[in-house]
Amino acid sequence: MDLESTPLFDRKSSPPPSPSKAQAAPTAPPAAPAARAARSPVATPGKAKKGDAAPPPAPSTPAAPASPTNGTSAPGAPATESALAAPAAPVFRTTAAAMASKQREISVSEFFAKNRHLLGFDNPRKALLTAVKEAVDNSLDACEEAGILPEISVTLQETAEDRFRMIVQDNGPGIVKQQIPKVFGKLLYGSKFHRLKMSRGQQGIGISAAGMYGQLTTGKPVAITSRVGPGKPAHYFEIHLDTARNQPEIQKETDIDWAPPHGTRVEIELAGRYQRGRASVDDYLFQTAIANPHVTIHYKMPDGQTADYERATNQLPREPKEIKPHPYGVELGVLIKMLVMTKSRNLRGFLTSEFCRVSGRVADEIVAAAELRESQSPRNISRDEADKLHKAMQKAKIMAPPTECISPIGEDLIEAGLRKVIKADFYATVSRPPVVYRGNPFLVEAGIAYGGDLPMDELVRLVRYANRVPLLYQQSACATTEGVLAIDWKNYELQQSRSALPTGPAVLMVHIASVWVPFTSESKEAVADYPEIEKEIKLALQECGRKLASYLRKKQHLQYELKRRSIFAAYAGILAKSIEALTGVKKERIEADLDRIAKKDMPELSEPPAGSAAEAGDAATPEEAGAAAAPNANGGDA
Amino acid sequence: MPATPAGKNQKRTVSKLKELGMGVVHDVAKTKSPAIDIPLRTLSNTTFNEGKRIIEMGSDKQQRFFFNVGMVKKFTETFFLASKCKELIDVGKTTSLRDLFYMAKPDFERASKEEYEQEESDAITEDLEVTVDSLREELNLFASNRGALVGELTLVDQGDTIDGRRMGSGGWSIPSIVEPNIVQFGRCDAKFILLVEKDAVWRRFNEDKFWKQHKCILVHGQGQPPRGVRRLLYRMVNELRLPLYVFVDNDPWGYYIYSVVKQGSINLAYESRRMAVPNAKFLGLSSFDREKYGLDLSVTMKLKDEDVGRAKQILSYPWFQKKEWQREIKKMLSEGRKLELEALSNKGISFVTEEYLPGKIRNKEWLD
Repeated sequence: MDLESTPLFDRKSSPPPSPSKAQAAPTAPPAAPAARAARSPVATPGKAKKGDAAPPPAPSTPAAPASPTNGTSAPGAPATESALAAPAAPVFRTTAAAMASKQREISVSEFFAKNRHLLGFDNPRKALLTAVKEAVDNSLDACEEAGILPEISVTLQETAEDRFRMIVQDNGPGIVKQQIPKVFGKLLYGSKFHRLKMSRGQQGIGISAAGMYGQLTTGKPVAITSRVGPGKPAHYFEIHLDTARNQPEIQKETDIDWAPPHGTRVEIELAGRYQRGRASVDDYLFQTAIANPHVTIHYKMPDGQTADYERATNQLPREPKEIKPHPYGVELGVLIKMLVMTKSRNLRGFLTSEFCRVSGRVADEIVAAAELRESQSPRNISRDEADKLHKAMQKAKIMAPPTECISPIGEDLIEAGLRKVIKADFYATVSRPPVVYRGNPFLVEAGIAYGGDLPMDELVRLVRYANRVPLLYQQSACATTEGVLAIDWKNYELQQSRSALPTGPAVLMVHIASVWVPFTSESKEAVADYPEIEKEIKLALQECGRKLASYLRKKQHLQYELKRRSIFAAYAGILAKSIEALTGVKKERIEADLDRIAKKDMPELSEPPAGSAAEAGDAATPEEAGAAAAPNANGGDA
Repeated sequence: MPATPAGKNQKRTVSKLKELGMGVVHDVAKTKSPAIDIPLRTLSNTTFNEGKRIIEMGSDKQQRFFFNVGMVKKFTETFFLASKCKELIDVGKTTSLRDLFYMAKPDFERASKEEYEQEESDAITEDLEVTVDSLREELNLFASNRGALVGELTLVDQGDTIDGRRMGSGGWSIPSIVEPNIVQFGRCDAKFILLVEKDAVWRRFNEDKFWKQHKCILVHGQGQPPRGVRRLLYRMVNELRLPLYVFVDNDPWGYYIYSVVKQGSINLAYESRRMAVPNAKFLGLSSFDREKYGLDLSVTMKLKDEDVGRAKQILSYPWFQKKEWQREIKKMLSEGRKLELEALSNKGISFVTEEYLPGKIRNKEWLD
C-alpha cells in the first residue's frame, strides 16, 4: 500500500499578491485558497477515505496566519462582505510555500493512531474484542497453513479498572526470530494481503495494531514468546511500536525456558471493557468454535470462569490454493499497477501468466479487441491503452475462475461444530458449490440447530461468518440477514412477523467464503448485498429450511399419533368393560383385539369427518331447537 | 322379586343391547374398526307420514367409529350406557339420567382429562334409544315426574292400586315410566280424556270435579307434556279406546303442544308411533273464541316477535296445512294477540267448566 503525500496543488501556485494594504483587484478569488487549505493533504490509502474526518496532523490551518503578507490589516470591510461580492483585494492568510514547508510525510501508524475506529478500536469493549480476534485469527491461519490442529488458549485478566491483560497462546509453527519484531512492531506488515486466497487475516489490520493500541492506552509493550520447533530455543521479546516511523523498538529480547515444543504466545495490556452478551469476547470464541470444529479453545474469563471448546474433528480444512486474479475481477488501477510490475516482456505473456483462465487464444482475442499488439511491452502501455485493454478483458469470454482458492467448512463439520456448542434436537447443514461473482469465486454454507434447550419464544439467533471469522456487528446491514428476512419461514414451520427474523428455538448459521468478501464498509462487519450472493444465501437457507420442515412435520405427526394412541387406549379400557357387561366376553380379549387394531393403520384413524355436527343428537335445526328448547328444560323429557 | 320386573318388551330390549355388544366383539375379532349405525335424528331425516298422520324418522343412519378421534368418546359412552341399562333391567331397578351421569363421570373424566357434562350423557341416551329401538323407559331410565291425572279410572302403579276418583286435590303424579310392566289399567268409566296445558287450570277443573260431572279423565302435562304423560295418553287412547281433547292457551306455543301430542316431535320422531295420538282434537283456545264468547280485548296480550316467528313456522308444518288450521293460525297473526286459558275466568270463575268446555264438546267444536 502506498502512502504518498500529494502536494496541495497540481501545478506551481501563483505567488501571493504584493503586501500592499489596499487590496483593490484580486488576482485570484479570495474563496479559493481558504477552500483548498481546508482539504486534507493526505491521500488516504485504499478504502480509508473517512480519514478526512479526523483533524489532519500536519498542515497549517487557515485560521493561523503566519506570513506577514497576510492581509488582515483591513479585516472589516472586504471580509464581512460575501465572498461572492464584488472582488475586494485578496486576503491571503498564508502562502503556498509556507504551507508547503509544514507538509511532511505522515506515517501509517500515526494515521491509524488517530483513526482507531477504522481498526475496530473505537470503544473499550470493541477494542478488547478486536485484540483477541486479531490474535486468534492469526493463530488459526498459522496453524492451518502449517498443517497443525490448532489448540488455542485465551486468557483475560483484569489488571485495573477498565484495563485488561490479554494472553493468546497457540500451538502453531511459531515465528522466526528476525520476523517477530516486524510482525508485532510494524503496521501493515504481512504476507496475506497480496495473496488471492481465502484467509481470515484479510479482515483485520493485524496484530500490530492491537499492540499499538495497548501501548497507546497503557504504555505497556507487547510481549511475545515463540518457538519454531522442538530443540530450537524459545525467544521472548518485548516490543514497542514507534508510531512516527512505523518501526519496531525492541525493549527486551532474550531466550527463555518455555514448555511447548512450538507455538506463539502474545501478551498485550490494553484499556478495555469486559461485558458478556452479543459481540463480546465470549460470543466471538463461541462462534469461532462452531465454524472451526477442528480447533480446541481454552478460554479463561476475567472472573476466573473457564470455557473449553474441544475440537469435534481431527480433520483440518482443505488448504485453499492461491490463484491468480481473474480478468473480470481486476479494476483499472490494479491492472495498471500489474502492467508496471510484471516481469513479462510482452503483452501476450503478461495476460497468460498474470491471470488465471487466460489461454494464449484468449490473450490474442483480448489484445485484438483492445487494438493493441501482442508484442508490446507491458511497461510501455499508456493509460488510454490500459483502459482499452481493461475494457477488452471485461468483454472477453473467459471461463470462470478455479474455486480451489476457497475451502468450505463442509456439511459434516458445520454440523459437528453446531453440535459441539449447542444442545439441540435437530441439525441441518448445507454447503453449496462455489459460484463466481465479478470474477471472484465464493460459496455459501448454512446450518440450522433446532429444539433442545433453545428458547421457544424468542427470535432465532443468527450467526454470521465471512471466511470462518464471526461477524459480530451490524447484523441489520448484512446481506446474510437480508437473506434470512427474505424467506417466508412459515413455509418451514417457524413463526415469523413481517420483516422480522423468525421466532423459534433455533440458531441459524451462514458462512460466506471467498477470496474477496465484499463488505459494506471498511470496518468489515457486514457483507454487502450483491444479487449473486443474496441468491446463494437464500438457496442455502431454503435447503436447510426444507430439512427442518420435514423433521418438524414428522415430529408433529408422531406427536399426533401418540396422542391419538393414548386417547384410544384410555377409552378402550372403558369400552372393554362395557362389552363384557353386555355380552359376557372377557374384557381382556376385547382390549387385546382393540390394541391390535390400533397398531394397524386405519383410514378412519383421522380427524373427525367434516360436518360432524351432523352427528346424531346435535343436529336439531334451529327451529326445532328453539321449539324444543323449553320442554327439555325440566329433566329432558320431550 | 324385582321392583320392576322386565316387561316382555324389555326382553327384546335386552337382546338388542346384547346384539349391539356382540357387534363390537365380532368387529374387533376380525381386526375391523368397530362401528355402529345410529339413525339420524335430524329434520332432514324426518318425514310426516300422511297416512298414519304422524311424524316419522327416515332411514338415514350415521356410522360412529371407535377409532376416530372425534367419535371415540361418544362411541364408548354409548356402550357404557348400554351396559348400565342392561344391568338395570337384569336387577329390575330403574335409575335417573342424573345417576347415570355420575356413574359415567369418573371413568370418562379420567380418559378425556376434561370435565364431563350432563348434556353429553343425555344425548347419548337418545342415541341408544334410537339404535336399539327401545324407549328410554324400556331401558329402565326415568326422568322426574311431571303431570297429574284424576278421573274415572282405576289403575295399578308398580303394584299399588290407584283410584283416580280419590286422588284429592293433587291427583296422581304421572311417573316418567308408564310401561305396561309398571302401569296397568283397571276399571274405566270415562268417556274421554281431557289434556289441559297448565296445572293451575287443571286444579280449577279438579276443584269443580269436572271429571265427575262429565265422566272423563283429566290430565295435565305441565306445559309441554313430558314423555311419561304422552306415553300414558297414547296407551289410554289405544287401550281404553277413548277420544283425547286438548285444551291449551291461545298462542303459538299452545299450537305446538297440541301438534306434538298429535303428531309427535322431530326430536323424538322415532317415538311417534308409540306416543303420537293422531286423533287428538284441539278444543281451544281458538283465535276465534274471543269474539265468539265476547271476551274483552284487554284480556289478550300482544304477540311478541318470537311468537310471530313461531306461528309462521307452524303455519308451514305439513300437518297444519288443512284449511281450518291455516285459517286459525292466520287469524292469530292478523289479530296480533294471544290469550291464556285463565283469561276465561273473566267471564266467571266457572265459565270454562260449566259453559265453555261442555259446549265445545257437545257441539263438536274442535279442530283436528
